[in-house]
Amino acid sequence: MTQSTAPERKPAKVLLREIADKATQDAWDAKNRGEKIGWSASNFPQEITTTLGIPVVYPENQGAAISAKGGGRRMCEYAEGMGYSPDLCSYSRINFSYAELKECPELNIPQPDFLLCCNNICNCMIKWYENLALQMDIPLFLIDIPRLDAYECDSDRIRYIRAQFDDCIAGLEALTGKKWSEEKFREVMANSQRSSKAWLKAVDYAKYTPSPFSGFDIFNNMAVACVARGVPEGAEAFELLAQEYEENVKNGTSTFKATEEYRVLFEGIACWANLSYTFKTLKNFGVNVTASVYGPAFSFLYDNVDELMAAYSYVPNCNVFEREVEMRVREAVKNGVDGAIFHMNRSCKRWSGNLYEMERVLREELGIPTVVFDGDQSDPRAFSEAQYLTRIQGLVEIMAENKRRKEASHG
Amino acid sequence: MDNLREKLAALQAIAGNPAAQLEKFLSEGRKVVGCMPYFCPEELVYASGMVPFGLTGEEMQASEAKRYWPAFICSVMQTVLELGLRGRYDGLTAVMIPALCDALKGMDGNWRRGVKKIPAIPVVQAQNRKTEAGLEFTASQYRKIRSRLAELAGREVTDAAVAGAVSVYNDRRAAMRGFMAASAARPGLLKPSQRSAVFKSAFFMDVNEHAAALRELTALMEEQPAAEYRGPKLVTSGIMADNSGLLGILDDCGVAVVDDEVTNESLRYRTDIPVTEDPFKGMALLLGEIEGCSVLYDPGKNRGRMLIDLAKKSGADGVLLVQTKFCDPEEYDYVPLRRMLEEAGIRNLMVEIDLQTTENEQTRTAVEAFCESLR
Repeated sequence: MTQSTAPERKPAKVLLREIADKATQDAWDAKNRGEKIGWSASNFPQEITTTLGIPVVYPENQGAAISAKGGGRRMCEYAEGMGYSPDLCSYSRINFSYAELKECPELNIPQPDFLLCCNNICNCMIKWYENLALQMDIPLFLIDIPRLDAYECDSDRIRYIRAQFDDCIAGLEALTGKKWSEEKFREVMANSQRSSKAWLKAVDYAKYTPSPFSGFDIFNNMAVACVARGVPEGAEAFELLAQEYEENVKNGTSTFKATEEYRVLFEGIACWANLSYTFKTLKNFGVNVTASVYGPAFSFLYDNVDELMAAYSYVPNCNVFEREVEMRVREAVKNGVDGAIFHMNRSCKRWSGNLYEMERVLREELGIPTVVFDGDQSDPRAFSEAQYLTRIQGLVEIMAENKRRKEASHG
Repeated sequence: MDNLREKLAALQAIAGNPAAQLEKFLSEGRKVVGCMPYFCPEELVYASGMVPFGLTGEEMQASEAKRYWPAFICSVMQTVLELGLRGRYDGLTAVMIPALCDALKGMDGNWRRGVKKIPAIPVVQAQNRKTEAGLEFTASQYRKIRSRLAELAGREVTDAAVAGAVSVYNDRRAAMRGFMAASAARPGLLKPSQRSAVFKSAFFMDVNEHAAALRELTALMEEQPAAEYRGPKLVTSGIMADNSGLLGILDDCGVAVVDDEVTNESLRYRTDIPVTEDPFKGMALLLGEIEGCSVLYDPGKNRGRMLIDLAKKSGADGVLLVQTKFCDPEEYDYVPLRRMLEEAGIRNLMVEIDLQTTENEQTRTAVEAFCESLR
């Protein structure tokens, strides 16, 4: 008699990585079959491409990966040789280089037949994709999500965005020969809702002390939230992630492999080229990131098509300042942070443009110490280990003092 | 010729001292609405009986604004916020803030948090600006702005008033095109600094007064013969090209600006607002028709083709790309523009300008060398 054993369950992080890798491989396979594939902005409505079954890859994700593997500076400098200013977004510089070189030892992605742009996170996306379209001589589709001028997305915006959805779908149908299916669209929306809710549930476990996960995990898992929200595998992986975090809470374990002395909000994009240093410095001080805007940022919650249109207006950097503040305050309060770290990202004028005021408001509203450090999402030349260390040391000193006082006051 | 010099001097004085103009309007008891770059619907301000007043930044060092902006935001946004924080714009009824670039998108929050006494009116326009949905969206935002302005003005702003304002502004556009043609036909008659002041003064003057001044100026210019010009003839391109340091260098080098593709100069005047039954639709159509501007969606880079055409038609010897430091849209455009110009065999030079820079000697060397090379 043989004893049957259940197959070993893959951890969620492995599944998530596999899903991200598969999405890229699917694009390669489609390209090799002669199908048309696209490059897409990370916040372009994936519901369109998923429903049409059009494979896309994401230059922003590639830029982050190239940078994390050490190629950011080389690729940025190449773009500067092409004439691009070092003041420009480093993701775009890496991408211009890749579009010309078509080869990168850190990570290759298939060359596109068309481009999908969306400017809800920044207008720099428009200029980046305009130039790519010219450089590569391929069609460009823009979904313009106008910046909100009030707390809620109004009906004028919804009508405009929806018309652009229709135009984009018609254009992609004509270009690729693929057909839109309302039934498939409903399925994709349902999967996306399931993924988004599971993602939010997972990141919500950071409210427990200690948090069952390291905040930097979010940076890595975001790739799937970006590429595979609309397929069941994405939803299942996020549900598994939430389940693992729940188990960690029950078991008192965490993916943060240090004693969680302090809990902080981290504001901004990761410094991919300096990910290890930025993470280890925090870990050495027992600082875990338990709040960021990335929870709400990559969850697009909606119950109908109009709400879907509005959901793409509520991404970070598209909202009025007060709503941006509220998103951070809500996360910080819910997850109980002792301090906040603000990344003044040299690449991102949109995010950095309100960062000082955001820092002041959060410091005042939450009554926590805050620090700002200079860095960049992909260009390591804008980051200084010494400055970062000094700032974090300063923050930790204040958080330690606050903690001592709090403990003293509680007897 | 003396009359011409006098007219130019008057416009130069206004362009060089916006604060005096603002003080003049306020002392007359007029309500004034600040208009940040780019493409604010000034017609709506006029229709509401208020005065639109350009907030174009100033050559100065920003310090207070650095509490809000990091150093790598352009000096236009830095100095506009600086002046707001320092109280220079006190008395304005409101400011209109477009959202056509990422720095402007951040300005709304920074202004409302920092300059609480002057309300902000967001101006959001479609980037898919040529489609029916884009036109309708922009028109819908203009209607919303009309309502806000009516509240601030304390009076109704009817469609007829908007249509009337469109007509007034189209009249000034026509007057400006007349000036542009007279200037292009007489290279060297106006120094670059004088030509720039004619455009810049538009931001700080009553539109009717400015149109009248343009017509008088143009008539005086047309009295002058269209002689052959031996100095370097350039077309300029950029978001703005009014930096006094740069203009001084161009003057010194004997440059004639024979045409431009500058957002704050000719791009505001090349096309009239189409006269439509719904004036808001016409205003939206204008935004869809403007070409050659880095902050408006331009998927085929028509800007490059337009610049080549301008250079060829004007008989320019070369193109001067005036890059405002830290202006993303311009920095992105530079690479394809340079390539397109080179492919068309058009000599070009890019100079970087910053309102906070007092030292322009590198620029001087570059411009002098460029002009030498054009001989």
